Amino acid sequence: MTDRLGPRRSRLALSALLPGLPQLVVGRWGVGGLGLTVWVAFLAVLLTRWARFAAGWGGPLDHQIASLTVVAGLLGTWGWSMFDVSRQAELERSGISQWKLAAEAFKKNRIAVIGAVVIVWVYLIALVTPLIAPYDPAMQGPLMGRLVAPSGEFLLGTDHLSRDVFSRMMYGARISLSIGFVAVGISVTIGTLLGAMAGYLGGWIDAVVMRFVDMVISFPRLVLLIAIVALFDTQSIFLIMAVLGFTQWPGTARIVRGEVLSLREQEFVEATRALGFSRRRIILRHVIPNVLAPVIVTATLGIGNVIVLEAGLSFLGLGLQPPTPSWGSMVADGRDFLLNAWWISTFPGLAIVLTVVAFNLVGDGLRDALDPRLRA
Amino acid sequence: MTTFIVRRLLGAIPLVLGIATIIFFVVNLAPGDPADRFSSPSMSPEAREQIRVNLGLDQPIHIRYVRWLGALAQGDLGVSFSRNRPVTDIIQELLPNTLLLSFTAIGVAFVLGILLGILQAVRQYSLLDSIASIVGLFFYSMPSFWLALMMVLLFSLFASVWGWPIYFPASDIQSIDYAFLSPFEKVRDRLWHLTLPATSLALVLAAGIARYTRASMLEEIRQDFVRTARAKGLSERVVIFKHTLRNALIPVITLVGLYLPFLFSGTVFIETVFAWPGMGKLVVDAILQRDYPIIMGGSLVFAMMVVVGNLVADVLYAVVDPRIRYD
Repeated sequence: MTDRLGPRRSRLALSALLPGLPQLVVGRWGVGGLGLTVWVAFLAVLLTRWARFAAGWGGPLDHQIASLTVVAGLLGTWGWSMFDVSRQAELERSGISQWKLAAEAFKKNRIAVIGAVVIVWVYLIALVTPLIAPYDPAMQGPLMGRLVAPSGEFLLGTDHLSRDVFSRMMYGARISLSIGFVAVGISVTIGTLLGAMAGYLGGWIDAVVMRFVDMVISFPRLVLLIAIVALFDTQSIFLIMAVLGFTQWPGTARIVRGEVLSLREQEFVEATRALGFSRRRIILRHVIPNVLAPVIVTATLGIGNVIVLEAGLSFLGLGLQPPTPSWGSMVADGRDFLLNAWWISTFPGLAIVLTVVAFNLVGDGLRDALDPRLRA
Repeated sequence: MTTFIVRRLLGAIPLVLGIATIIFFVVNLAPGDPADRFSSPSMSPEAREQIRVNLGLDQPIHIRYVRWLGALAQGDLGVSFSRNRPVTDIIQELLPNTLLLSFTAIGVAFVLGILLGILQAVRQYSLLDSIASIVGLFFYSMPSFWLALMMVLLFSLFASVWGWPIYFPASDIQSIDYAFLSPFEKVRDRLWHLTLPATSLALVLAAGIARYTRASMLEEIRQDFVRTARAKGLSERVVIFKHTLRNALIPVITLVGLYLPFLFSGTVFIETVFAWPGMGKLVVDAILQRDYPIIMGGSLVFAMMVVVGNLVADVLYAVVDPRIRYD
C-alpha cells in the first residue's frame, strides 16, 4: 500500500459527509451499504416524523425507545464510520484472530450477508415502529373500513375489525423478535452451562442431565408448551419467553457436551488441570470459550425456531392477549376470512417466513465460517 | 440382535416413566383446580368438598401421583371430564386418524426429500441445485399452520372459485355422504380429504430431509469405493443408486427418530386447521377446556409414540449398518 495518510484523510471527510460511503468506496459493500442505508433511513424518519419524534420523549416507554433508537442510530452510524476509517490501518497491521478469520469467511458468503442485513433491518424497524407505523395497531376504524383490500391508503389492507394490517405487522415484529431473542438467551445460557458441566465433570451429573435431556427431546415440545401456557392463566410475554427458553436448552446442552467430551482430553485443558486451577475456573474460562462457535450457530438457528413456535402458540390462541398484535395471532385472525380477505393471513405469515429464512441463512453461514475445516 | 432390542426396550421404560412424571406434575402443579369445572359459585362448601373427594383431589399430590401411576400400569387413563367417556376409548377412536395422517406425511416426505436430495447431490452447484436449496430453505422455515392455510386458500377456496379442474376439501376426514359410497369411492374420498393435510405436513419435513440427504450423498460420493466402482466401468446409475445411495441413506434413517417430535407437533396444527379428528386436536381442545385426564393421557401417548419411533430408528440403524455393534 502506498501513502495511507492522504486517502485516509479524504475518507474521513467522506465519512463525516455520509457514513458508510468510505466503506462502499473501498468495496466493502456489506457494511458500507448497511451503514449508509440505515443512516439515510433514520434521517428520513427524523425529518418526516419530526412531530412524533419530539412527542416521543414524554410518551410511553416504547415510544421513548423509538426516539432514542433514531438518535442512537444516527450518531452510531456516524461514529462507527469515522472510527472504522481511522482504525482501518491499525486493524490491517494487527494480527489475525480466529474470530477475524471467521468474519472474513462469513463476508464471502453473499447469501448469508444478505440474511444478516435483513435481520438488522427487521430489528431496526421493530425498534422505531411507533414513529413510522401509519396507524395505531389497536385502533378500530369505521364499519365500512372492514376487510379493505390492499391499496395506497392501507398498504396491506385491513382486517375484520378495520385495523391496518401493515401497522399491526410492524408492531407484531416486536413481539416475535423480543421473544425469540430472550428465549434463546435463556436457553443458550442454561444449555451451555449444563452441557459443559455434564461433559467435563461426567459421573452422576452427566447421567442425570443427559437422561433429562433425552426425556425432553423425545417429547413433542408443542404439547408441553400448550399445556404450560394454557394452564397458567396469565398469558404474559415474560411467561412465554421463560417457557420457550426453559424448554429450548436440551439441544444446546447435547451439542456442548459432545464438544466438551473431546475438548477435555486435549493438552491445554490438561495443562490447566496440572496448574491446579479449580474446576469452576477451568469450565468457565477454558472449556466454554472453546465451544462458543457451535453455541453461536445453534443460538442463531434457535431464534428462527422459537419465532415459529411462538407464532404457533399465538395461532392456537395461547399467545399474548388481544389486541396486542403478534404475527401468529394475525394469521389466526384471518382464518375465517380467507376467501374474502386473503391478505390478513398471508402477509404476517410471509413476515415470519422471511425473518426465519434470514436467521437460518445467517446460522448456516456462521456454521461454515466458524468451522476451520470448512474454510476454503 | 434380540438382546440388543430387549435391552433398548428395557432402557425405554425409565424414559417413559420420567415423561409420565413430568406430565403429571406439570398438569397438577399448574394453578387452577379441576374441580372448578364441576362446581358453581352458588354451591355450598360441603358440596364443593364432596366433588373434590369424588375426584380424589382431597389427597396430597404424592398420593395422587402413585394412584395415577397405578391406574396407568393397568391401562386406565381415567375418564374425560368433557366427554364423560374413558380416555382410552377416545384415544383408541382418534389415534388411527392421526397415524394415517402422520404416516402418509412422513412417507411422502421421505420419498420426496430423498429423491430431491439425490438429484441435488448428483448435480451439485447446478441451477437445479441452487433453486431447490433456496425453495427448500423457505419451506423449512415455514410455520406449518400458515402453509396449511395457504394450501386451503389456493387449492380449496380459489380453486373452486376460479373453476380449476380439481379442488380439495378444506376440512374434515371424509364427506358427509361417506356411508353411502361404494368401497372404491370410499377410498377415493379418504385420499381426497387426506391430500392437503398430508402435503402441508410433508413439505416442511421433506425440505429438511432433502438437505440432509444431499449432504450425506456428497460425503459418500467423494469416498474411494465410489471411485473404484466408477473405475470398474459401472454405469453412473449403478454407481449412484447401488453403491452411493445405500451408504448415504444410513444416516438419513436417524432422521426418522429425530423428526417424530416435529411431526407430531405438526399434526397438532394441521389437525386444528383442517378440523381433522385426531390426537392433536383432541389435546388442544382438552387443554382449552381444562380436561385434565385427556391432557395427561394424550400427551403421554404422543410421548410414547416418539419413544417407540426412536427405538425403531435405532434398531433399523443397527440392521442396515454392520459397523454398529449390538452389545
